[in-house]
Amino acid sequence: MLTIAGTEFSSRLFLGTGKFSSSTVMAEAINASACQMVTVALRRVDLENPEDDIMNALSQREYTFLPNTSGARNADEAIRLARLARAASGSSWLKLEVTPDPRTLLPDPVETLRATEALVKEGFIVLPYMNADPILALKLQDAGAAAVMPLGSPIGTNQGILTDFQIEIIIEQARVPVVVDAGIGAPSHAAYAMELGADAVLVNTAISVAGDPVAMAAAFAKAVEAGRTAFEAGMGQRSKQASASSPESGKLSSDLGFLS
Amino acid sequence: MKITLNGNPKELSSVATVTELLTTLQLAPDTVVVELNTLIIQPDSYEDTKLSEDDQVEIIRFVGGG
Repeated sequence: MLTIAGTEFSSRLFLGTGKFSSSTVMAEAINASACQMVTVALRRVDLENPEDDIMNALSQREYTFLPNTSGARNADEAIRLARLARAASGSSWLKLEVTPDPRTLLPDPVETLRATEALVKEGFIVLPYMNADPILALKLQDAGAAAVMPLGSPIGTNQGILTDFQIEIIIEQARVPVVVDAGIGAPSHAAYAMELGADAVLVNTAISVAGDPVAMAAAFAKAVEAGRTAFEAGMGQRSKQASASSPESGKLSSDLGFLS
Repeated sequence: MKITLNGNPKELSSVATVTELLTTLQLAPDTVVVELNTLIIQPDSYEDTKLSEDDQVEIIRFVGGG
């Protein structure tokens, strides 16, 4: 069972709620994924065209809501969004995102660390989105992050886990859960992250823009479970040298001599 | 009275409090968060929080996001 900040999660798949074609499809996909943690964003109400309240669509089941600070370009903006998120959700869970460059949406490590320090002091449960940097992961957990969220590849790119070497080191060293976030474009990517030993993965775009988001959510749930089970089962070492699966002894010797 | 609402100038007549503003905008108070001059207003203060000329008001809510 995965535990973050004292809360237990039986599902290791977290879902983002962006880019779904409708609230109904989103709610069905979340159901199909069986996830227990969903992320949401904060935006100004469009006063010309106020949309339905997303929390309505999400009220059918109990989730842990993880508001993000997307849109924040520095620590101060992230802290302001965090306080608004806490006022809106009534909870202290926070996915901290500081992304100054709209082209890459890569996280600013310095501002992310600064915001983590400040928000932990204010009692937030901070899960920082971060580059897959093992040293930064240690600094964030020292600053009180409840989990770390290294990226597989940039947000929304569907490129999969391009950072596996660093993610393996982060997992090896972590004292807090490691949630691989961003860039996971296929169930196989999610399974791979789990096989590496990630505690959970966060998926959004790959599910919300799929031809059938509900079926894709179910596929991700299976992949995450398979990857986790494989990790717990203990995977064999990689090797460059072949090693026969069939027995070396008792091979036929005469007419099938080439087998010996 | 003129305020700045979600970044845009807004002329308000006969709106004095945050509660009245939300009513005018037809927004359910429990679905939004209100920031007045960068300070968050708690819902139980909406009724008593008066708006003044040149106030900066932000009305925020949750939307889908990753």
